[in-house]
Amino acid sequence: MKDYAGPIELSLRINGETRRVQARPGDSLLRLLRERLGLTGTKCGCENGDCGACTVLVDGAPIKSCMALAVECEGSDILTIEGLRGHPVQKAFAVENGFQCGFCTPGMILNAVALLSAHPEEDEEADREWMQSNICRCTGYEGIRLALASARRSLKD
Amino acid sequence: MTAEKAFRNDGYAKVSGRAAYADDFSVAGMLHMVPVYAEYVSAKNLRVHTEAALASPGCVRVITAKDVPGRTHFGQIEKDYPIIAVDRVRSYGDVCALVLAETRDQALAAAALVRVEAEPLKPVLTVEEALNPYAPVVPGYGDTNIVVEHKLRKGDPDAAFAGCELILEEEFHTQTIEQAYLEPEAALCVPRHDGVIEVYGSMQHPFSTRRFSAALLGEPLSNIEVYTIAVGGGFGGKDDTAACVCARAALGARLTGRPVKMTYDRAWSFRESYKRHPYTLKYKVGVTSEGRVMAVKATMYADSGAYLSVSPWVTWRSTAQCFGPYSVDNVHADVYAVATNNIFNGAMRGFGAPQVNFAVESLMDMIAAELKIHPLGLRRINMVKQDSLTVTGQKLDKHVVSMEEVMNRVVHDIGYRKKYEQCSFGKAEGDELYGIGLAISYRGASLGAEGMDFCSCILNGQYDGSLLLETGIHENGQGSESAMILILAEALGCDQKRIRYRRPSTSNVPDSGTTVATRGTIMGGSAVMAAVAEFKALLSAHLAERLRCKPDEVNFHDDKIWGLNYEYSLSWEEAMRELYLQRVTPYAFGSFKAPDVSWDDTNGQGDAYFTFVYSCQAVELSVEKKTGKVKLLNIVAAHDIGKAINRAMLLGQIYGGITQAVGMALMEDFKLEEGKPVAHNFDGYILPRSTDLPPMTGIIVENHDPASLTGAKGIGEPAIELLAPAIANAVYNATGIRAKSLPIKLNPEDLA
Ligand code: FES
Ligand code: FES
Repeated sequence: MKDYAGPIELSLRINGETRRVQARPGDSLLRLLRERLGLTGTKCGCENGDCGACTVLVDGAPIKSCMALAVECEGSDILTIEGLRGHPVQKAFAVENGFQCGFCTPGMILNAVALLSAHPEEDEEADREWMQSNICRCTGYEGIRLALASARRSLKD
Repeated sequence: MTAEKAFRNDGYAKVSGRAAYADDFSVAGMLHMVPVYAEYVSAKNLRVHTEAALASPGCVRVITAKDVPGRTHFGQIEKDYPIIAVDRVRSYGDVCALVLAETRDQALAAAALVRVEAEPLKPVLTVEEALNPYAPVVPGYGDTNIVVEHKLRKGDPDAAFAGCELILEEEFHTQTIEQAYLEPEAALCVPRHDGVIEVYGSMQHPFSTRRFSAALLGEPLSNIEVYTIAVGGGFGGKDDTAACVCARAALGARLTGRPVKMTYDRAWSFRESYKRHPYTLKYKVGVTSEGRVMAVKATMYADSGAYLSVSPWVTWRSTAQCFGPYSVDNVHADVYAVATNNIFNGAMRGFGAPQVNFAVESLMDMIAAELKIHPLGLRRINMVKQDSLTVTGQKLDKHVVSMEEVMNRVVHDIGYRKKYEQCSFGKAEGDELYGIGLAISYRGASLGAEGMDFCSCILNGQYDGSLLLETGIHENGQGSESAMILILAEALGCDQKRIRYRRPSTSNVPDSGTTVATRGTIMGGSAVMAAVAEFKALLSAHLAERLRCKPDEVNFHDDKIWGLNYEYSLSWEEAMRELYLQRVTPYAFGSFKAPDVSWDDTNGQGDAYFTFVYSCQAVELSVEKKTGKVKLLNIVAAHDIGKAINRAMLLGQIYGGITQAVGMALMEDFKLEEGKPVAHNFDGYILPRSTDLPPMTGIIVENHDPASLTGAKGIGEPAIELLAPAIANAVYNATGIRAKSLPIKLNPEDLA
C-alpha cells in the first residue's frame, strides 16, 4: 500500500514514453496532463465527467481524465491526442468536417479510436450509443458520423 | 472553385491537439486569478473584506472596485454591467473581488476567505413582478423596469379583425437558454515591455474585448492588443462576459506587472454569462375563411435580466420579424425588454428570432387546423413572394425571394404531403404516435438597422509570391478564416496554398464590428472582394507593360497573371518580384459598407435589412404513449444562402444549428430559483447528444445575392431559428396536443 499523504513521484507511461512527475494524491489525470506535462491537447469542458472533452485512452479504454486520479494510472498505458500521429481517425475528422470549434475534437477522436477497435464493422446504433458520452455543441454530430464511417473504411483497406 | 470537401486552414491543428485555446497558454511568472461572487441577488451597501484572503499562502493581491483606475461598469449599449461590483448588487452573477495568487489552487483557497457583506433587497424575479408599478426599479438608470420598447404600426388591425372569419388569440412562452460553448471563458493577459497589454482570450469579439479592457483600465484603446486564438465555441455567448473576463485579467496584469491567467469553470460560466432571453408572446391573428391573414396584433415581453447588454437589438429583430415570412397588411406589434434581478440575457445565435418563430409557425398550423386548410397551402397563400411588402413595409425587390422554392424543396425531399396524411393525430393502435411537421422563416441578414455594419480586409503580397490575408471577421470555430481564403483564391484565380490567413490583432486590422448576425461571410467576403479590386488594379497597372497589354486587359487565373489573348503570362513569384523591383508594395486595403437600411422608430417601418435568407425545416418524429418521450426520426432542412463558398462547412453549420434547436425544443431549460441558477454543470443542463439525433439532410439553395460582392449570404443563424416550431407542429400532428411553451414536455396521461 502506498502512502498517499504528501506529494508523490509518479511514473506514468504516456504516449509510449515513461514520464516521471511530481503529483499530489488528489490530482486528476486531466490536471496532471495539462498542467505538469504540458499535454494541453486534452481539454477541460466541465471537470464533472459530463462532456467527454477530457477523454484519453487508458490501456485502450476511453476514460474521462477529469474523473480519474493520476495515481490510479500508474502502470497503465495512457494515450492522449498528442500520441496519435496521423491516425486514420484524425484524417477522417479533418476530411469529413468532424469538427468546428475543435474543442471537443481530441476527446471525440480518442473515443472514436476506441470505438473502431471495439466495433470494426459498421454499426450506426452502436456508434451513436458509444459516442453519446461526448458532447459536441457545434457540429450536430453529423460530420463526426461521416468521419467514423470514412475512418472505418480506411482502417479496413 | 468552391470546396466540396471540407477545407479548413485549422484542420491539422484541431485534429492533432495542437490548436491552442486560451487556457492552453502559459507564460513564466504567470499569476492565476479567480472571481469572488457577491452571493446576493439584489443588495446594497456592499462591503468586501480582503484581509484574511491576502494573508493566505500564495495570495498576491485582491482587487476590488476601489482599485479600478478606469470605469467599473461597461456595456455595449448602456454602461451598466459591473466588471467589478461597487456598492450595489443586481444579480447572482455579480463579481465583487478578484483574487490573484501564484497557483490556481492558492487563488481558490484565498477567494474562499474573502468576506462579503451587504444589505439584501427584495429581488424582482419575474417579468410580471417587474411590470408592477410598485416593484423596485432594477436598473441603475431610468425610473422603470421597461428598458426597451419597440413598436411596429402598419395598417389598422382593429378594423381588419371585423372582417375576419377566424380570430385566434394565443400566448406562448420560451425558456432561458445557455449557449453552452464547450470551452468556458478564459484569458491570459501579458504586459509587454512597451506598456501594451497583450490579450489572448476565449472571446468572440476582439474589439469589444478591447473596449471593455481599455475602459476598466482607463487607458487608450491602443494600449490593449487583443489577438485571435482558437475559441471553443461562442454562439453569440462570448461577447460581454467573455470580454469582461479578459478585462479583469488585463487589470490584474496592469496592477501587478505580471502575466495573469483567468480560467472559468463551468459553474462560474453558467452563473455569470448571459443567456438567450425567455419570451412571453401574445398574438391575436385574424384570418379570412380562405386562409388569408388580414390582421395581427403581437405583444412580447423579453426578460433582459439585470443588465441591458444587447437586449435593444435582440428585441428589435423580434419586432422587425414579428410575423415570420408572411406579408400582412395590418400589423401592430409592441415588444418590450424588461429588467429583473435574474442573470442577464444577451446575444445567442438566432437573436430574438427563434422565440418569435416558435409562436408564429405554431400559429400557422393552428390556423390551418381551425380552418381545415392544408398547412402548406396556408403558408403559400400568405408567404412573401417576389416584390412583396414585409410587415415593416420593405419591398423585397432587390434579391430573389425564394420562400416558396425553399419550402418546395423540403416538401418534395421529405415527402411531406403523403406523410402528413399518415400522422396519428392522437390516435394509434400501438404505443407509438407518428407525426411530421414543418416551419418556414426568413431572416434579415447581417445587422440590419441594429448597428454599424462595415468590414475591412488587408491583402499583403510577399516577395516570393505568397499572400497574407487579414479581415475583421473573427474565427469562432465556424470556419470563417477558411471561407475568406477560398473567396480570395477564387477571386485572384490563384492556388489557395499561396494564401495564409494572418493572425489578426486589434492593433492591425481596423475595427470591423462583431462577428455576429450571420454577417461573417457576407461582410468579410465582400471586404475581401473590395480589397481584391484594389489589388488587381495595382498589379495590372504595374504589370501591363511586362504582359504587353493595357492594364484593363490583364487577367488572373490558373495561378498566373495573364496578358491579352494569353500570349504572355507571369507566375505570382515573377509578378511579385517585378512589383518589388519597381518599388511598389503589393498591398491593398479594402472595406465594405453594408447597403443602406432604414428604420423609423415611431412606427417600425422601413427597409430593415438589405437582404434575407429563406429557410424551411421539416421533421418526422414518434411519441411513445407510455412515457411521452419524443423520438426524432428524420430532419430535412433547406436554406437559400445565396452562394455556397464551402459546402461541407455550410452543411456542418446547418446540422449544428438544427441540433441546438432540438435542444431548445425538447430538453434545454436554464432554470433560476430565486434568481440563482439551478444547474451548475452539464449534469443539470442537458444538451443534445449523438443518441438524440436522427439522420439529417441539408439542402443548399443558391440564388446569388446582388447585395453581397461574393453573392453569398450566411447560414449561422437561420439554421437554428425554426426547428423548434417544426417539432411542435409534428408533436401536434402525432398527439393532437399543442405545445405552447418550450421545452416541450408531454404528459403520458394526456396521451392515453
Ligand atoms: S472535462 Fe472531463 S468530462 Fe468534461
Ligand atoms: S466542434 Fe465545437 S464542441 Fe465539437
